[in-house]
Amino acid sequence: MDDRVQQAAVSLVEGRTLRCRGAWTMPDVAPVERALRRMTWPARSALVFEASGIEAFDTGGAVVLYRALMEARRQGCEVSIQGLRPDYAQLMSLVSSHWAAMVAEVAPRQNGSERFRASIRNRVAQGAGALEFLGESATALVRLVASPRRLRWRSCLNSLRLDGVHALPITGLLTFLIGVVIAYQGAEQLRKFGTNIFIVDLVGISLLREIAPLIAAILIAGRSGSAYAAQIGTMKVTEELDALQTFGLSPIELLVLPRVLALVVALPLLTAYADVLGVFGGMLIASNQLNVSFTAFLSRFEEAVALRHMLIGLGKAPFFAVIIALVGCYQGFQIRGGVDDVGRHTTISVVQSIFLVIIFDAICSILLNWWNL
Amino acid sequence: MDLAAGQSPVLELRGISCAYEPNRPAVEQITLTVHQGEILCLLGPSGCGKTTILRAIAGFERITDGSISLSGRLVSSRDVMVPTEQRHIGMVFQEYALFPHLRVEKNIAFGLSHLSRPQQKAIVDDLLTLTGLRGLEHRYPHELSGGQQQRVALARALALRPVLLLLDEPFSNLDPDMASRMRQDLHALLRQTKTTAILVTHDHDEAFSMADRVAVLNRGRLEQFDTPEAIYHVPTTPFVADFVGQADFISGVVTNDVVTSEIGEFPNTQHLATGTSVVVMIRPDDIHIVPTKGADAHILARQFKGSENVYTIQLPSGQIVHSSESSLSIYQVGTAIALRVVATHTVLFPQPLESSGKKDPGHGNAPPP
Repeated sequence: MDDRVQQAAVSLVEGRTLRCRGAWTMPDVAPVERALRRMTWPARSALVFEASGIEAFDTGGAVVLYRALMEARRQGCEVSIQGLRPDYAQLMSLVSSHWAAMVAEVAPRQNGSERFRASIRNRVAQGAGALEFLGESATALVRLVASPRRLRWRSCLNSLRLDGVHALPITGLLTFLIGVVIAYQGAEQLRKFGTNIFIVDLVGISLLREIAPLIAAILIAGRSGSAYAAQIGTMKVTEELDALQTFGLSPIELLVLPRVLALVVALPLLTAYADVLGVFGGMLIASNQLNVSFTAFLSRFEEAVALRHMLIGLGKAPFFAVIIALVGCYQGFQIRGGVDDVGRHTTISVVQSIFLVIIFDAICSILLNWWNL
Repeated sequence: MDLAAGQSPVLELRGISCAYEPNRPAVEQITLTVHQGEILCLLGPSGCGKTTILRAIAGFERITDGSISLSGRLVSSRDVMVPTEQRHIGMVFQEYALFPHLRVEKNIAFGLSHLSRPQQKAIVDDLLTLTGLRGLEHRYPHELSGGQQQRVALARALALRPVLLLLDEPFSNLDPDMASRMRQDLHALLRQTKTTAILVTHDHDEAFSMADRVAVLNRGRLEQFDTPEAIYHVPTTPFVADFVGQADFISGVVTNDVVTSEIGEFPNTQHLATGTSVVVMIRPDDIHIVPTKGADAHILARQFKGSENVYTIQLPSGQIVHSSESSLSIYQVGTAIALRVVATHTVLFPQPLESSGKKDPGHGNAPPP
């Protein structure tokens, strides 16, 4: 027997016979598929698929052959197959019996406007879902205020430890470095004008009012927001959330509220801590580069940096905390299906919470400027 | 509602549909009832919607059409959604979903916080004995084997005396030995506690050995709802016939009140008109091998299964059939054979329109030769 198998080919003979030859296997069947797609079927006539020339066949080939058969039949031909080897015929029947399912798997192609509408629908549904989550959290909070004994103290304190205390070293280090960086950049400019002492205003106001709260919030979004999404998501995947529900326990009360409350306490404290270390960093550089001594720095600090700057910075922190905790938990609840979804939603939670924190901060800046604060 | 019947069914599904995405329903038009003390199995291949139905009953998924009633009370419909905790159901999850930070006894007592300590202890004690977990009550879930974890999940679900217990593929994470032992224990336990239960599985053996009634599902639709025996012997669709056991489908035609096919004649059990093309479903235990010199069927393959040999046989037309023989009768591949067919449970299906030439509507159980 000749081991060499011919290349797959089809030809229409006398408009009545479709001669199929060669190896109808993946990936060599592709040219045949193209040829069959372009083929003009003889209208309203009997057509014989002469398949005895097929020397090798797999499900790919069977799909191509079956599709051609259906297409010819759809255009009004009386189609029959001749000479297909029995084992190949088995393969054909396998393909035909799963055809409906295979076609259903391939989503119908949508045109631009349909896609647009679908994406809008999707967005609206997502927005509605987020709003629903927000509402549920708010009502759970009201219930909690009505009967404070329902609060899960242990869970709150644990969260406070993990998200607050454990975040101290990194928050401290980073804001210290940011203080150093700002002071360095400021020093370059201020030296030109000989107004060295204004380094205090620069470092103090920018850090206390904007940078320390933002750095703390961004760090916490990366550290804790993502952790919330992953923790709740894992519980969702292992069906622990469903199990809680069958016992009449609300996952929001049990998981979301303790985290939100803990973060609302932790983030302002972290911000205050960041303020101190950031200013300290600036102070070091001021004495080193600009010959502004610690005492000069501190006395200038007292008169130049109004208390309201620090209060505004600290005042924003609880709002940042609510945003981060809610986004993290919400993304955790959004996880469906498997473990890969956990990673995806964890990422989304970080991106979304940082995005919302900065938007909120920008709105605050505009409003406060408006009111001359 | 039928008031005269006195006892309403524990669970009633009327034409329920569920869709995760609009226009692509996961399940469609499912109607089922479960009576007090019954064990129902939802059986089907993965993705057929059986877990969706379970989650809809539990109240985790909304339904888009139809209604669900538990103990005569409407709990789900298009506009009604009674929350899970008010449905009084117990659920055993596929991955057990035990609370990892709680010891076994606390896990079991988790839903009992409304009771006093002594009452809780009494119930937990009872369940520890019943599920054979005594001695393990102070362990954490990760210190237990899969089978033990599942017992804890079961005890936790039973602690609240649910009107209905839902089990989602309870044995899929256990090794086969453990699974069959758990199956027996669970069956005894459900009977002993007179618990009404719904069990989801893709394993027909499991469904047959556990259930009083089986609902076979395919692509979100109910194919057949009947006793295990009826499902096996009198399947109403080719899908059911193929799914619940090995089956071959042979085309034939009705002539003179018998069905003539390539491997012999079969009784026309459905009284179809002469000339109707049909497909005959036949199971391997009805086909026997008689080695015959010069016969035109031959053996393609033998599969040794311990208690039996399953032979794959090719008929002269190319049609493949299977025969199960005792584990000691061994024939060489390629042997020419004749078939002796003892039709104890053949089923006829009128042939679908879509077929011509050699194509038969047989399903995917033919191995490549």
